Amino acid sequence: MSERAQLLLEIADDELILGWRDSEWTGIAPFLEEDVAFSSIAQNEIGHARALYELAARELGTTADELAFDRQPAEYRCSRLVELRLPEWERTIARHVLYEGADAERLERLKASDDAELAGLAAKIDREEAYHRLHAEMWHERLKGEPRYEAALEELRPLVEERNGHSPELQELWDEMTSVRRSQPAGTTW
Amino acid sequence: MIYEVFRQERKGQPFQHAGSIEAADERFAEAYAREQYGRRGESVALWVVERGSIMRIDEFVDELNRNYHRVDGYPLKEKLKEARERAGTAAPRDR
Repeated sequence: MSERAQLLLEIADDELILGWRDSEWTGIAPFLEEDVAFSSIAQNEIGHARALYELAARELGTTADELAFDRQPAEYRCSRLVELRLPEWERTIARHVLYEGADAERLERLKASDDAELAGLAAKIDREEAYHRLHAEMWHERLKGEPRYEAALEELRPLVEERNGHSPELQELWDEMTSVRRSQPAGTTW
Repeated sequence: MIYEVFRQERKGQPFQHAGSIEAADERFAEAYAREQYGRRGESVALWVVERGSIMRIDEFVDELNRNYHRVDGYPLKEKLKEARERAGTAAPRDR
């Protein structure tokens, strides 16, 4: 697989898995307004994943759905940070802040790429991520100095770029995420 | 804090009350207003204002029932008919 395809999958996997995890707050976020905002962010991330998978799929001669759902958990290239199930709000916000910071740097590099297709998509994604960063920053300002939040930042920071192996939680998430697709009767098309 | 949100659907149209949001401060209010009233392309602009900044007026005293202060105090139909007769012009629909 080319370096380009590997990079596309790495980012797409990050966005898909994080979007899935963030969507676990839908309906149970701390308050209604945040529920709407965080669910919207989750939807955006999954939208970004789809666009990135589509770009990779064209190069690899497959489809976005196959890349998203038909690989084995060990084949995913996402970081350890995004695969964790975090039912605590302060840890969720710590992950959000760490991820958006790292993602912004990654998007800046991609926007400067010679690959026009990749640079164009990165610019498009970055325009939406700007609002995710706004959201992350305001929460960071609100929670910084709180011991539980600071502890969560310390705990999660080393995982941002940790891409060696996966936690058992990814397997559980994968089972859930792919169950509909794996249950399709023979001959079903989507 | 409660913030009231007004949205403008198209340029040039009046802002209309869209709803209210609860937010810790102005930054949160901006983020939540964007998500709730701007994300689907339903607005070209929003006004977000803290509820306490809105002056509410709901008492309109009219102790002496002066109906000449109100539009219903002026039944114009007859008056208009007579004026038109004097001027020799018919009502628009009779022409």
